[in-house]
Amino acid sequence: MTDQRLKRLGLALAAPALALVAAFLITSLVLVVAGDSVGGVWGQILSIPEARGLTNIVNSATVYYLSGVAVAIGFRMNLFNIGVDGQYRVASFAAAVVAGEAWLPGWLNTAAAILAAMLVGAAWAGIAGLLRVTRGVSEVISTIMLNAIATALVAFLLRKAAVDDPGSNITATKEIPEGSRIPGFTLFPGAPNQVYGFVFIAIVVGVVYWLVINKTRFGFDLRATGLSETAAVASGIDVKKMILVSMLLSGAAAGLVGLPILFGEAFAYGSTFQSGLGFAGIAIALLGRNHPVGIALGALLFAFLDEQSNPLQIVQDVSPDIVKITQGVIVLTVVIAYEVVRRYGVRLEQRQVAAALDAERRTGSTSKEVTG
Amino acid sequence: MRRLTKVTAVAGVAVLVLAGAGCAKKSTDSEDSSASGKDCVAKVDTKVGMAFDVGGRGDQSFNDSAAKGLDKAECELGFEVQTAEAQDGEAESAREGRLQQLVDAGYNPVIAVGFAYSSAVGKIAKENPDVNFAIVDDAVEGDNIANLLFAEEQGSFLVGAAAALKTESDNIGFVGGVETPLIKKFEVGYEAGAKAVNPDIKIQSRYLTQPPDFSGFGDPAKGKTAAEGMFDKGADIVYHAAGGSGAGVFEAAKDADAKAIGVDSDQALTADPSVRDVILTSMLKNIDVAVFSYLQGVADGKAPTGPTVYDLKVDGVGYSKTGGQVDDIASKLDEYKKQIVDGSITVPSE
Repeated sequence: MTDQRLKRLGLALAAPALALVAAFLITSLVLVVAGDSVGGVWGQILSIPEARGLTNIVNSATVYYLSGVAVAIGFRMNLFNIGVDGQYRVASFAAAVVAGEAWLPGWLNTAAAILAAMLVGAAWAGIAGLLRVTRGVSEVISTIMLNAIATALVAFLLRKAAVDDPGSNITATKEIPEGSRIPGFTLFPGAPNQVYGFVFIAIVVGVVYWLVINKTRFGFDLRATGLSETAAVASGIDVKKMILVSMLLSGAAAGLVGLPILFGEAFAYGSTFQSGLGFAGIAIALLGRNHPVGIALGALLFAFLDEQSNPLQIVQDVSPDIVKITQGVIVLTVVIAYEVVRRYGVRLEQRQVAAALDAERRTGSTSKEVTG
Repeated sequence: MRRLTKVTAVAGVAVLVLAGAGCAKKSTDSEDSSASGKDCVAKVDTKVGMAFDVGGRGDQSFNDSAAKGLDKAECELGFEVQTAEAQDGEAESAREGRLQQLVDAGYNPVIAVGFAYSSAVGKIAKENPDVNFAIVDDAVEGDNIANLLFAEEQGSFLVGAAAALKTESDNIGFVGGVETPLIKKFEVGYEAGAKAVNPDIKIQSRYLTQPPDFSGFGDPAKGKTAAEGMFDKGADIVYHAAGGSGAGVFEAAKDADAKAIGVDSDQALTADPSVRDVILTSMLKNIDVAVFSYLQGVADGKAPTGPTVYDLKVDGVGYSKTGGQVDDIASKLDEYKKQIVDGSITVPSE
């Protein structure tokens, strides 16, 4: 039994390792074609970051992680929520308005804003869920469309909610009062910046995600529906309800994505708020195989690559776009590597079964156990 | 498996697009290195870092104008220069990191181009009190920060007057890229200039997008639609302050057999050759003048700090005469310019 498990673990680790090596080689090839220094670029990317950089990595990994979990909830249901990007922007804006207006004092205000973000994120994703269950509209199409609508809607509402800051061209919501911010802490000695306090909430989200998916009736139904809708129907699962609920949950998680930035650094939603986090989440969920720990590793990897690529222009005179290529290639190679390793695993299993059957036939044993 | 195929397709397209972007950048890099061909002074010990806004070198507009001032300083002051550009939608920490890396690599002063760097410059300048910073288009305060600001309303006043003098229908237009306070200054100055010539003139005004949607600065199709609407409603000259979207305004003017006014740089020289003849004049915002004069101060041993407004008086803004289309009214425009400079006309800015 343990031998089998080790083998399965080995196979599970082989896939991402294979993918990373392949991505490394392909990116090197791109560098050679572009006429850049391969050694110099990798030397920079793989160097050890300073305290400031390490803090940035943890911070952006926190954000990526939440985005990855939001996407993964949909993935487990075989739902492709491309709309995390729009959901988090609408939700971050809502949270910024609620927290900025400060109808409640201190921490209550923070809690209200987080709740508002989750509700708004869920509602925005829920539109796609409703369209899917009532009209059969593919959630891929509707969430992409909703992303575009989110951009326009937030732009429109931001103008209404924006406060005037004379001399500045940045349009932003009212600043969150000091008492409602989530304080950071110094994780790496000597860093001038702080790790977001929201990192603990992200960890809680990861644990809850794991518990719900793996340890509850609901999680079982969700996974069953994701694996086979017909089988789920046959075993009495209300598939429509499952689709709607998992879309709502995915959206609620997406609502949290922008909040570490909002409560830990920006304190307002404005024209320079980071965008595109939802799309990174898709890649990261894929990279992490929808597993809470895998997603965390994927998020750290993407955050690491982002941080390390920023100085490339200054130090190596190479465009940081090279890291975008690397990230894209990693996603591609991961998909391919998992498939390759899966097929290898299946063949390995088949061979074992055949060997066991052979042995059985030779000894004339009646034992039914074949897979060990 | 169906899902995997979808993901693969999406990722594949992303990789291709990014690879294409990378190639495009390479070609512009080689272009500007040839520009510094003339006699330059010997290198001195000062290293200047410049952090661009999204678009970087090669945007034929805002960033390029700043780069021009930097290149001039490289040649005439002998400075060593290094540049880095922003990514679209990047994190605040990426902007801060970029400035800090320039500081760490020994660059002093560091110039940030564009108001997106506002809070990053404020923060990094405080953490590095021995390094000098400059920021274009933003008023963030600090003991070691210089703010390079422009009197866009004054330059816009002149092109507004030019439009009012040239129009035959007494109906002109303004297309703003994104409705920010900065672009408002262009609109207000333009209106004031036009009304100074003809108080009854009709001015149509439109913004392409509202923040945080900044696509209005880079979407020629939007610019074209907006300008077409104005020409249909009787305008015969449209001024744009819309960055890359201006290309669409020029096209619309060409189609309507009307005129357009360019912005930031002398667009009769930089726009697509097929539309250059519709460009009446351009409102010049000489970021290069500001960048160079800041660096001149650094070379003289004292880096300027605090806000400096580059206005008509110091040729920080102005209008272009390329193409000769405003030669007949140049004396009138120069009279307005004189009155603004000597204070007898005060141009509103908001």
